[in-house]
Amino acid sequence: MTSETVTVRIPTILRNLTGGAAEVSAEGGTLREVIDKLEAAHPGIRARVLDDGGKIRRFVNVYVGDEDVRFAQGLETPTPAGTQVSIIPAVAGGA
Amino acid sequence: MAHTPAEGSEGTETPGACRFGPAVGLSCRECGQSYDLGPRYACELCFGPLEIAYEFGAVTREAIAGGPPNIWRYRGLLPVPANVADTPNTEPGWTRLVRADNLAKALGMRALWVKDDTGNPTHSFKDRVVAVALAAARELGFTVLAAPSTGNLANAVAAAAARAGIQSVVMVPADLERQKIITTAVYGGTLLAIEGSYDDINRLASEIAGEHEDWAFVNVNVRPYYAEGSKTLGYEVAEQLGWRLPEQIVIPIASGSQLTKVDKAFHELAKLGLVEERPYRVFGAQASGCAPVSSAFRAGHDVVQPVRAETIAKSLAIGNPADGPYVLDVVRRTNGAVEDVSDEEIVDAIRLLAATEGIFAETAGGVTVATLRKLVAEGRLDPDAETVVLNTGDGLKTLDAVVDAVRPTATIRPSLDALRGAGIFDRQGHQERAGLE
Repeated sequence: MTSETVTVRIPTILRNLTGGAAEVSAEGGTLREVIDKLEAAHPGIRARVLDDGGKIRRFVNVYVGDEDVRFAQGLETPTPAGTQVSIIPAVAGGA
Repeated sequence: MAHTPAEGSEGTETPGACRFGPAVGLSCRECGQSYDLGPRYACELCFGPLEIAYEFGAVTREAIAGGPPNIWRYRGLLPVPANVADTPNTEPGWTRLVRADNLAKALGMRALWVKDDTGNPTHSFKDRVVAVALAAARELGFTVLAAPSTGNLANAVAAAAARAGIQSVVMVPADLERQKIITTAVYGGTLLAIEGSYDDINRLASEIAGEHEDWAFVNVNVRPYYAEGSKTLGYEVAEQLGWRLPEQIVIPIASGSQLTKVDKAFHELAKLGLVEERPYRVFGAQASGCAPVSSAFRAGHDVVQPVRAETIAKSLAIGNPADGPYVLDVVRRTNGAVEDVSDEEIVDAIRLLAATEGIFAETAGGVTVATLRKLVAEGRLDPDAETVVLNTGDGLKTLDAVVDAVRPTATIRPSLDALRGAGIFDRQGHQERAGLE
């Protein structure tokens, strides 16, 4: 159990799970722990972000600070206190 | 693609049925969930990309041929209203399909065409997608046209918004080619040069898309509509070949959307009986400095690992390509391939295309021609089959790529002696070869 508090940016398509909030707080020393806490506070959110195998869904990008966690340690990426975590739909772009 | 009517959309005529032409809904490419037509782009259940679902009416070759000489001749196949051509837009498309016999000869091929999209209003294929996005944005009630861009899209959005008399907000990497900055800024919209990569900017756009209800990010929150504009490349190639599908086509990959939409266009034309169904092979082209799809193809993966982009082909420098997995599906299904080429090969190919066909391609065109060259040399693309290669943008926008590679043959005084002294008359026979080195 950690006491690191991070803020999590919630994309519009998940805000029905957060009562409309665009940003919520969660605790956890890694992204995995943060997602567990999010799930406890906002049931259903984990299944939208992670697939059945527990991996980040193919069309979801998660950033810890400025870092795409796919370039870091995935769900084990550390989330120090004060970090901003962003969950973003990956289907964008086409330069 | 099968379409299940969206919940709550029962009834006779939904407003969307006319505002968006033959489009009847949106469906998730991943899980098949259906939605009503609207400003959505990602599935609420799985974040998968939403695609336009259609119920096409009768579309004939004659009706298309009788339409305007731009993409609106295909309006019956696009998510746009029937009167789309009457609203102010840049009228893109119907660009040249150039029979490229000289290039074919240089590469040892029999039948080759270049689809030359430099002929669009802002000199890249982006005018096509933006025109469709603009029409959708208008129908959806947006008042600002916005986009993250590597340059060509920035040009197209700024110009289309100016023509439509609406505001534009475009975000580009600050280190973008100067030509692309100027050719966006001149249209007078808001242009933000951002100190980051395209992927950084794309993230920023994704975070704010949907927060501003007046803003249509063409390639984010109206992406399902926008992306359909690339189908017109496929329609035009087929119509210009005499209502025939090519046997092979080489397409650049940035997000990968264009490649999947050309494939979709070929499929639709065959299904509608506008062309005879025949097997065709789709090849994807990337720069080695940003080759996540090519790497995945080579490794036999069906997902794409993002990379940090580093290439002169900035218009293709998307390290995290949204449609990468679908590109892999298309090239594997059609027995094609994805290949990547070095920056040096890109510059050589730009010069080869220019010297053989008089077409000055931007770096993305260099990527497709270099990839074509490589695939032929390696025996992976049939040199005897009818082949189309896309040139999606104009070399005038990426002068930096060739500035060190080409120069005047000689600088001389204006006299006959100086001309003779420069050996110009001796060089005539060598010129063709020089271009093909």
